[in-house]
Amino acid sequence: MKQFSDLISAIEITNKTNAKIDALVNYFKTAPSKDKLWLIALFTGKRPPRPIKTALMKQWCMEKTELPEWLFLESYSTVGDLGETIALLLPKPTHKLDLTLSEWMNELKLLKPKSDEEKKKFVFAAWSGLKQQERLIFNKLIGGNFRIGVSKKTLVNALAKLTGIDANQLMHSIIGNWDIDTISFEELIKGTHINYDNSKPYPFCLAYALEKELQELGDPDDWIVEQKWDGIRGQIVKRNNEIYIWSRGEELVTKQFPELVEAMTNFKEDFVIDGEILAMKDNAVLLFNDLQKRLNRKNVNKKLLEEVPIGFYAYDILEFNGNDIRSLPFATRRQTLENLFNSISLPEHIKLSFIVKFNKWEALNAIRDNSRAINSEGLMLKQKASPYHTGRKKGDWWKWKVDPLTIDAVMIYAQKGSGRRSSKYTDYTFAVKKDDGLVTVAKAYSGLTDKEITEISRWVNKNAIEKFGPVRTVKPELVFEIAFEGIAFSKRHKSGVALRFPRIARWRKDKPASEIDTLETVKSLILSC
Amino acid sequence: MKAEKELIKFTKRGIYCPQGKFYLDPWYPVEYAIISHGHADHARWGMKRYLCQDDSKAILQHRIGADIKIDSLPYNKSKTINGVKVSFHPAGHVIGSAQIRLEYKGYIVVFTGDYKTQPDFISQPFESVKCHTFITESTFGLPIYNWKTEKELQEELQNWVKTNQANNRTSVFLGYSLGKAQRLMSLLDGCDDIYVHRAIHNLNNAISNSGIKLPKTTLLTADFDKKELQNKIVIMPPGLLGSRLLKRVPNAATAICSGWMQIRGNRRWQSVDAGFAVSDHADWNGLISAVRASEAEQVYVTHGSQAVFSKYLNEIGIKADELITEYGDDKMIEAENESENLETS
Repeated sequence: MKQFSDLISAIEITNKTNAKIDALVNYFKTAPSKDKLWLIALFTGKRPPRPIKTALMKQWCMEKTELPEWLFLESYSTVGDLGETIALLLPKPTHKLDLTLSEWMNELKLLKPKSDEEKKKFVFAAWSGLKQQERLIFNKLIGGNFRIGVSKKTLVNALAKLTGIDANQLMHSIIGNWDIDTISFEELIKGTHINYDNSKPYPFCLAYALEKELQELGDPDDWIVEQKWDGIRGQIVKRNNEIYIWSRGEELVTKQFPELVEAMTNFKEDFVIDGEILAMKDNAVLLFNDLQKRLNRKNVNKKLLEEVPIGFYAYDILEFNGNDIRSLPFATRRQTLENLFNSISLPEHIKLSFIVKFNKWEALNAIRDNSRAINSEGLMLKQKASPYHTGRKKGDWWKWKVDPLTIDAVMIYAQKGSGRRSSKYTDYTFAVKKDDGLVTVAKAYSGLTDKEITEISRWVNKNAIEKFGPVRTVKPELVFEIAFEGIAFSKRHKSGVALRFPRIARWRKDKPASEIDTLETVKSLILSC
Repeated sequence: MKAEKELIKFTKRGIYCPQGKFYLDPWYPVEYAIISHGHADHARWGMKRYLCQDDSKAILQHRIGADIKIDSLPYNKSKTINGVKVSFHPAGHVIGSAQIRLEYKGYIVVFTGDYKTQPDFISQPFESVKCHTFITESTFGLPIYNWKTEKELQEELQNWVKTNQANNRTSVFLGYSLGKAQRLMSLLDGCDDIYVHRAIHNLNNAISNSGIKLPKTTLLTADFDKKELQNKIVIMPPGLLGSRLLKRVPNAATAICSGWMQIRGNRRWQSVDAGFAVSDHADWNGLISAVRASEAEQVYVTHGSQAVFSKYLNEIGIKADELITEYGDDKMIEAENESENLETS
């Protein structure tokens, strides 16, 4: 396991993707074949089900260390990771166990049906035979995320660097159906178990933010304007009765969106279309926050399917019945897309991105300003004659987003983050004035520099009201400008309003807490947008 | 209890001894200050008179000013001040660090300052002192903090340097100039040439001049020769992380050395190549063993995890209370590093 342990140490310390890739390449060059397969399985969500409940792990650690529960929890809230907390609390190892990654995984597979007593014996033996970092890894092998910033894409890029095979093909290979007991590492990366011709995506065409006056774009007749939907870009590939969905990050996300896959089976033709995956209910687009509940899940259960249904707005068509049509003008491609969509009756959640009608550029201002009301981010301006470019190219496509809304709010709670952020208070809750008190309006995690976070963490340590536990109530003193994309009335929130994608615009060191916004001002934003 | 009240009182300026009319590591200017060790949060500027352990004297003069009025005592020798018997006992934290023992009418108080129970290669090892009242730090007062032995650390650090050399990289260690730097020097001694930043170099000179032998090092001058430095070892204060000086070190592999590096999140927070849990403070078991060995009937827990550690002590049957002090203030230590920064620019 030392090799795997060294790999994890090398990856976790760096935040440079290239260094992570190099460490992975190095591992793939030297590790035993089965270990390589397990590594891929572990980082692509293909791990076997957890053989031991976390509650038991915690209980056994307390038993071994004879620590009271409150002290265990206090340690946990400082470390921010259960597997790591346990690894740190246990006494020094008494002997040395040396198993490979695949040997450990096989042991863990066999453990699943056993009794708790047998499991405990196994875990105690492992704990007392492993050093701290190996123990942490052992705990993670049982279950839990490594949180070391290795995405499927990173893994695939490492494999591409190692083998020279196309990264998207490798993505399909590792996501595809394979069984660790019957496939070899070579077979897996060569993709003997898949047909890449059926899934091969195209690079996405990306837009720059509009940086000139609309009038400078020329004749409005040369342009097609659409809403800029705020979901995730997706490319749906349908070839030979197989359907694949690629995200913009070049990950295969097909399994996350069964309702899209099912809808696509209605078509007879083969195609590759580009569009936006959105949370959509009763014909209306939901907030991005809702969509997030559906992302990066291993399994989508029925309840979630009903709670956050997914829809799709099609923007463009790149391939039609086997022909790459990316070089045709956008207007022509759009016509092809319309013909395709109008050829059959489609379920309500599969739509053509509608075209914004306008005569003069000036007319767009009001339409853009109204975007928020339909949960759109703004407008997209596309030159009618433009091909579907590879990557980001200036001039043909522009995004023209609405300006974010902002309020000034005071921090009232702080909580430690996870992974790299677990040592600092990085997750904050903000409030505005209501009558004589305060009311929570938003949680935000992003927007500050590491330096600011360090400064705030130190302040939280000194100004926290609680002494124990993960959440700290702080004196309402630090004021922040919170930016967000939209706002709506909400019954689920105590304040009665829900902000869309709130983040910290800046730390208002110049403002005392007495000058923060009131709930009334915040509510008035709903009426004005 | 009366004797305790005559011996110590917790005031806004710091821990005060009413009978002796002096303060222990005060954070505001006072007439007479007895100092546990040379770190900036314990030995502050502006006291009319200082008393410290012999080995700290040169350090205090170097850091606070050559003209301060300062006396010193060797370890385990006492001096009576207004009837209070005062003595210094090794704290194992940094060179010259001491626990301060006060005795009056048979009542004994020990103030630890900062301490480390595990022996290292450079400072005089911690000696436990029996007392009635024990005032302990708690910087690493959680059971997740358990340090490796000095031998294990030595192997770990030297292996890291060797791996770096195999990859044609220069090993840069970041650690406070007083304490961590000398400790690292002792851990890396004999591994390869060690270059130190000017702030460390000057302090080393002050320490050597007072008669303490330190491992051999070379001053890292501002115009250092890149070829000469390649693959060697550099030690500089943590404030220089991200500095131009560090960027000029050829193929630098950077490591932070601090007890906080025990936790992955802390190691990963700053973009460095390694984090080593090398601490000059007692770990969890060290704190507990020191408290037990003191046999004190009353424990006061200062800077660090005072809430957690005092709660735990009470649970295991040792009467303990939290004591809020101004020690262990990161800002103070950072300010110290910034001033070190200025020295080179």
